[in-house]
Formats: sequence, structure tokens, C-alpha cells
Amino acid sequence: MSTQESYVTDDGRTIGPTVMEMKNITLRFGGVNAITDISFDIREGEIRAIIGPNGAGKSSMLNVISGFYVPQEGEVWYKGAKRPQMKPYEVAQQGIARTFQNIALFEGMSVLDNVMTGRIRQMNAGLLSQALWKGKAQKEEVENREVVEKIIDFLEIQAIRKTPVGRLPYGLKKRVELARALAAEPSILLLDEPMAGMNVEEKEDMSRFVLDVNDEFGTTIALIEHDMGVVMDLSDRVVVMDYGKKIGDGTPDEVRNNQAVIDAYLGVAHD
Amino acid sequence: MFYREAGDFKTSYDADNQTFPIKFDRIGYYVALLVAFLVVPFMINDYWVNAIFLPFLIYAIAAIGLNILVGYCGQVSLGTGGFMAVGAYACYKLMTSFPEVNIFFHVILAGGITAIVGILFGLPSLRIKGFYLAVATLAAQFFLVWLFNRVPWFYNYSASGQISAPERTLFGVPVTGANTSAWATYLFCLVFLVLCALVARNLTRGMAGRKWMAIRDMDIAAEIIGVNPLKAKMTAFGVSSFFIGISGALFFAVYLGAVEVGEAFGISKSFLVLFMVIIGGLGSIFGSFAGAAFLVLLPVLLKNVLVGGLGWPTDTAAHLEFLIVGALIVTFLIAEPHGLAQLWRVTKEKLRLWPFPH
Ligand SMILES: Nc1ncnc2c1ncn2[C@@H]1O[C@H](COP(=O)(O)OP(=O)(O)O)[C@@H](O)[C@H]1O
Ligand SMILES: [Mg+2]
Repeated sequence: MSTQESYVTDDGRTIGPTVMEMKNITLRFGGVNAITDISFDIREGEIRAIIGPNGAGKSSMLNVISGFYVPQEGEVWYKGAKRPQMKPYEVAQQGIARTFQNIALFEGMSVLDNVMTGRIRQMNAGLLSQALWKGKAQKEEVENREVVEKIIDFLEIQAIRKTPVGRLPYGLKKRVELARALAAEPSILLLDEPMAGMNVEEKEDMSRFVLDVNDEFGTTIALIEHDMGVVMDLSDRVVVMDYGKKIGDGTPDEVRNNQAVIDAYLGVAHD
Repeated sequence: MFYREAGDFKTSYDADNQTFPIKFDRIGYYVALLVAFLVVPFMINDYWVNAIFLPFLIYAIAAIGLNILVGYCGQVSLGTGGFMAVGAYACYKLMTSFPEVNIFFHVILAGGITAIVGILFGLPSLRIKGFYLAVATLAAQFFLVWLFNRVPWFYNYSASGQISAPERTLFGVPVTGANTSAWATYLFCLVFLVLCALVARNLTRGMAGRKWMAIRDMDIAAEIIGVNPLKAKMTAFGVSSFFIGISGALFFAVYLGAVEVGEAFGISKSFLVLFMVIIGGLGSIFGSFAGAAFLVLLPVLLKNVLVGGLGWPTDTAAHLEFLIVGALIVTFLIAEPHGLAQLWRVTKEKLRLWPFPH
């Protein structure tokens, strides 16, 4: 299967050509290798999972994609071109949105404002226009609010729209964070353990949202998950990491039957 | 009439975005504006204007400015006095260099110049935070006061080293100089306060405000989401200093008339405005009004009651004022970081449901 040709999945979604490619990424912290020479690609429209035991380097990989960590070696290719070194906000401006393993919402702001902040890429009225609340600023505010309200409906958080985020329980916060990332209408959505710390019911909800996002908006998703079961259900292809190295890459079935993966998972007690 | 939110449904996002979404608040706001513009000017004399109204209006502008920086963007500043001085000296230089230009524009331009200076002194905030940033802005405070003392060009080589505002008129009515009337200076400052508050409100409810608050709440996440920290912090320093510059210009030109920089714009001014913001409520425009009103009224009240009523010596009353303000700062910092504005909000929430709590 060539990575450049589109194909249609069993459930009828079209997976396009490679949109992002990590080439030989190595990331060190002092003497510790968080990531060692890892390469993989993400294709348009797919759900790409990154799994592995705690400390495997999964979050570090997302941080490299976000531009928050700068790898010592390797290249990031995005939409067919090698990405120069960029600040995180520039990466975001290119259409890469994400959530965090430890929720990173703006606690002092309402749910609505948090989600509206996700529209940063689409809202660029000048300061003067904003100061007068006239012209472009006002128009933008209303237009983007409409988009945001659709996302709020989609994730079923209408009732807490005006609530300060600091007052919400954990599960809802995770959902608001997803809403904020979705509001960016990203080309690639990065989710760092979206289901961590959730009960079964919440996990099911979240899985459904992830699938729906991918299905309805065709959003490319790269997601980190700890739980093998969830990953196998959700993803089209899986990268498996262990101690900063890639030990497997393929469809859930291929990965499941990969001896190195089985060893890593049996050998490491994971919580 | 009761304070009610129920039954007040919004049918457009524009309506939901407005400054006072609750009808009762909106009416209250219009009434306050009417009283401020049409009633108060006819009732005040020189004492009221100088003891209460001018300081309140001018400090409220400064407090709004500082609140944008500290309350909305989370960047601590102890340089308010210095930035007010920039506004004052900029206004003075403009008034004396371009006497044909109207004072209204001088004040605005003074704000603009202060904004540029504020952005320059805000640059360290890209690298340092919290305590260290506070120290850096403190350095700005001392440097600016020193500069205006030491470089005679700023005070037009006057023998006293002071600057004093020449008479300037608006629509033929003097608003600076020796021949002003109470209502004119009051209205002049009131117009600036209302304009500043509207601009501040518009900025903080839109994307600029969201970027500031995002930086305040979690700067790393903000950047990963797409907030350019440089731009966000610099606009906060710029807008904040713009307002503070305007307040400094008014403080000098309209309120005091003549100024010695260390006395009028020293470090104690920085603290006073910071206390207004803390007591009033961090991250609230209304809080800036409340804090300014409170700290302007408190000494007047204490003086009238203790000195006038009970016959205490003036200095004892002044000491008591320090004690009360100090205790209040500590109380608010510990118990209610969102200040008077939050107390007001809680009261309203209770009223909103009254008489059926829950
Ligand atoms: N900022 C950092 N500084 C130092 N070490 C780090 C940093 N971030 C991650 N690491 C290290 O990199 C390794 C991988 O961490 P991480 O990417 O968080 O793993 P995972 O998300 O797979 O659990 C760990 O050993 C961790 O301690
Ligand atoms: Mg992790």
C-alpha cells in the first residue's frame, strides 16, 4: 500500500496522501533520549494513534509537532514541504491544534471565551476596530461565534457556555478543551490522552466525539492513548513507542500481532 | 422594580455580546451616565471637584489602564507613577510646543506617547515574569522620575524644575490654567473616562482580551494554541500605558496644574493605583471604578469623621487610613482576589434569584 494514493476504508472514509511526515526525529533532554530516531507519517483524514507505556516519549513527540520542543535531529515535513524551525504559535497558525495530557484551559475565562480563543487563526481584526467594536471586529465576532456555537452544540456543552472553566469537573474540562481545539478547524488535530482519567461512560462519549469529528469534518487526528483497547477501536494506523524508540507501526491488527509490541506491553507494567 | 435576568432572552449573538447583557444593568448604566453628564455638573463646586470628582475620574482611568495589564494580562507593574509622569510631561511639551492644537488632542497624543514608552519598558516581560518583572517595572518608575528631574528640556528649563499648565480652552471654555470652573474640568475628565472605559470594555470582550487572559491564565498553552506572546504582551503594555498616560496628562494639566515629578508621580502613586485595582477587582472594568472610588473617598471620609467630627489630630487620622488600606489589601488578596467587583457580582446573583434561592 503506497502512502501517496488515496484509499477508502471499510467504513467508507477516504484516507488521502501524507499530510505530515516525521523524519528521523531525535530529542534529548540532557543525557536522556526522550525520542530516538523515529520516523512516521500521518495521512490526510486518518486517525493515527501513538501508543506506548508511560515515559515512552509520546507527549514529547506531540510537543515536537507543536513546535514546543525542538528536536536535536530530524525533520518535520508538512503538506509536502520541510518545515523550518517555528515558534509554537506559528505552528498553530498553520492549522495544527491540540489538547494536552494535563488539561491546559484558561481557568479564569468562560467556556465560551475558551472556545472562542480557538478561533485565533480566523480572527484578525485590527486593534482599532476592536477598540471601537465596529466594522471587521464586530462582524468577525458574530461570524465566529456562529461557528463556535455549532461546536458547542456538537460536543453537547451548551448548558455550561457561560460558566468559568475553573468551576467545571474534570470530564467536562476535557470536552471543553476538545471544543477549543476543534474551533480552530485544524488540518491536523493532536489529542494527548483525551480519555485519561475518565470513567467508562465518559470514555465512550469521548470516543464517539473523536470518531464523529473525523467522520463529519474529515479532520486528520493524531491521538495518544494509553489504553490499547480504545486505540484498536478508533484508529486506522498505530505507531508504537517504547523507551523513545519506535517498535511498531501499522494497522491495529498488524500491531497487535507484532512480537516486539507484545513484549513491550507484557514486559512493562502499565497503569 | 426587581433585578431580573429571567425572561430576557437574546435573539442574536450581537445582542448576547453587548456590554450589559442584562436589561436592568443597562438601564442602571444609562441612568448613571445621565446623572453624571446632566445632573452632577450643576451641583458641584470647587471643593467637591478637587476633593472627590477629579481624583476619582482620573484615577479610574489609571486603574482601568493598570487593570488591563495586571488583571487581564497578568503582567505585574509597579511603574504606573512613572508612566503617568510620561503622560504629564508629554502633555506639557505638546501644550507648550503646539499651543494652537486643541488640548483634547494633546491629552490623546500624550497617551499615545506613553503607550510607546510603555511598550519599550514592557519588553523585559518577554523574558521575565512575576517578581522579577515587578522589579524591572520598579526600575522604570525610578528611571523615569529621575529623567524628568534631570533633563531640563522636559520642564522647558524652568527655574523651579516644575511644569505648570498654561490655560487652554475647549469650545471657548477654559479646562486648564487658573480660570477653570468646576463643571468644565469635571466634564472634560468625565468624557475621557467614559471613552477609556468603553474602549477598555470593547477590547476586553473581544479577541484582544481573550489573548491577554489566555497569557494570564496559562502562557505556554496560549502560545501553543496560537497566541503570539510578544504581540499580546506588547498590546497589553501599549493599551495599558495609553490609558495611564491619559490619566497622567489630566492629573497634571487639569487637576494639579503644576507638578513636581517626584512628588506627584513617585512610587507611592504606583502603589496607590495598584491598590485600587486589587481592592476593586483584578480583571474587571467595573472594579477599576469601584477601587478608584473607594480609595478616593476613604481618606475624605475619615478626615471628615475623625478630624472634623471627633476632633482627632490630622496625622493620627492619616495613620489610621494607612492601617485600614493595608488591612483591606491583605483581606482582599486572601479572601476575595476579585475585589469589590466580585462582591457586587455575588450580591447581584443573589438578587437575581431573590426571593427564591436555588
Ligand atoms: N521538559 C522535559 N525535561 C526533561 N525531561 C523530559 C521533559 N519532557 C519529557 N521528558 C522526559 O522524556 C521522557 C518521555 O516523556 P513523555 O514524552 O512525557 O512520555 P509519555 O507521554 O509517553 O508518557 C520521559 O523520560 C520524561 O521524563
Ligand atoms: Mg504523555
